[in-house]
Amino acid sequence: MATTVERGAPPDAGTRDRPPPRKRSRRVDRTYHLFLVPVLILFSVCITLPAAMGIFYSFTDSIGFGEYEFVGLNNYLVLFSDPAILSVYGFTLGFALCTVVLVNVVALGLALGLTGRIRARVTLRTVFVLPMVVSGIIIAFVFQFVFSHTIPAAGQALGIGPLEESILADPDLAWISIVLVTAWQAMPQALLIYIAGLMTVPQDVYEAAGIDGASAWNRLRHITLPLISGFVLINVIIGFKDFLAAYEIILGLTDGGPGTATRSVTMAIFAGFEDGDYAYQMANSTVFFLITLAIALVQLRLTRGRTGG
Amino acid sequence: MVLPETRTRQNRDTSPRGEGKKRWSTTIVLLLCSTTVLFPFYVAFSMAFKTGEQAVDGEAFTLPSPWSVEGFVQAWALTDYPRAFAVSVFITAVAVTGTVLASAMASYAISRNWDRKFFRWSFYYLLSAMFLPFPVLALSQVKLTGMAGLANPAGVALLHVMFQLSFSTLLFTAFLRSLPHELEESARMDGASTWFTFWRIVFPLMAPMSATVAIFAFLKSWNDFMMPSMIIEDSSLQTLPVIQEVFQTQFSNNYHVSFASYLMAMAPAVIAYVISQRWVMSGLTQGAVK
Repeated sequence: MATTVERGAPPDAGTRDRPPPRKRSRRVDRTYHLFLVPVLILFSVCITLPAAMGIFYSFTDSIGFGEYEFVGLNNYLVLFSDPAILSVYGFTLGFALCTVVLVNVVALGLALGLTGRIRARVTLRTVFVLPMVVSGIIIAFVFQFVFSHTIPAAGQALGIGPLEESILADPDLAWISIVLVTAWQAMPQALLIYIAGLMTVPQDVYEAAGIDGASAWNRLRHITLPLISGFVLINVIIGFKDFLAAYEIILGLTDGGPGTATRSVTMAIFAGFEDGDYAYQMANSTVFFLITLAIALVQLRLTRGRTGG
Repeated sequence: MVLPETRTRQNRDTSPRGEGKKRWSTTIVLLLCSTTVLFPFYVAFSMAFKTGEQAVDGEAFTLPSPWSVEGFVQAWALTDYPRAFAVSVFITAVAVTGTVLASAMASYAISRNWDRKFFRWSFYYLLSAMFLPFPVLALSQVKLTGMAGLANPAGVALLHVMFQLSFSTLLFTAFLRSLPHELEESARMDGASTWFTFWRIVFPLMAPMSATVAIFAFLKSWNDFMMPSMIIEDSSLQTLPVIQEVFQTQFSNNYHVSFASYLMAMAPAVIAYVISQRWVMSGLTQGAVK
């Protein structure tokens, strides 16, 4: 029946009238277009159009509304020599690198523990994934209180000098709190990927190593890590991409301060409306997008071989 | 080769008395680590149940005495919890339903017409947004939603669906590729239309992946702060996470009220997760590995 309906429909894609030997060579059922085209249209309006708008305005001097003129590549040229922008990128990259390392070391360690022979496995796993289900901004508010009240109070009570002052008020140390809290929240995702990765490691490899008397560290370094290197790679790239766009946790902890010590790229972009440098921040967004895209392409290239299974 | 081995291992690990003893030492180390995860929840919990006088010095280690729900009562009224909750539920419900339906339909169309250029390119087109961060689009989207009369929860829900499309389409197409075609083919032999085949046969078969897609869409939407805070103009229509900002500015010293409010904002997702954790965990793992 489906075939008759399609034949009866007006031909819009050339002449494919020969009787089909296989389903594939028939004309496409209209329903498929009905399924896909509305989604494509909405997607284009909601995602592609704003992206194009951003790129367009990055070549102007618009302040977000009203009249504007084209200024060519001027915004981009200023961008690369603007100390405020350079420091924002410096902070964001450094923060992302530290967080990636911390998240992966902790998540891998926990994954090794959680896939070992332990008790209360389900409970422990439930607890360790918990940070994934809470809102970043709220957890940042809670940690802000912990860093500014709870820890200094404990430091004073125990007489530990360095802890007595709030870490959030120190321009040189505030970034540590952001790394810790971001890692706290991002860890579960990496953990789940590592647990899945460790499940793919055949057990008899360890048994063979056990007979040879390999130490735990050597087993990890020479057997486990090489076998799950693909998962490490995925975690590093996903993490890096996410941390580059960090916003909520920084907002909740330091709001970019003290001063602009912990201002991320995202925060700089969002300030574009208020500060009246809309077009300038659009240029910044475009550069930021290209950096993220470059990371995405590296990821696609490196993980291509893995998706087949 | 790999599969049977994995299974042996899982069997041993989950069986209560497998070969080899369970290690208490590892368990204890993990328990200690888990306190790091639980600590902020403990702080929120102990602060929220204090009275105003107990909470004022910001000391979080001691448990409240006496316990008080004063903070919850005040927070409930101050944030107009029922309304914020309703807005969050509305956005999340629309976003989750929309994500599952839109990406399931699009993925079905794509995967069953993979030999056509249009469908194949549509896939890459949708996928391209996977690495487009919201900040890059934010200011333009604020302008557009303002012009379109969508500077409200409905606009946020729509954008949530759009931002989840890439990832969800990726998951669904991978799943559809592994789905045997026989059932579909036989339904078609019997004269079923594409529409009927999808809704009655394929979509129900996609349920496990729909669950995964829904869980991710739920977490993204329910916990999102950036998008509602920028898009929704009317502050009385703000979501639960966004509304917590009020404690940073106006009521910053009423710790018991702010923590009660944080707890109430986190509670729905945490409770849902703890109740359905096995199911959620397998869904999250499925999504994470893809």
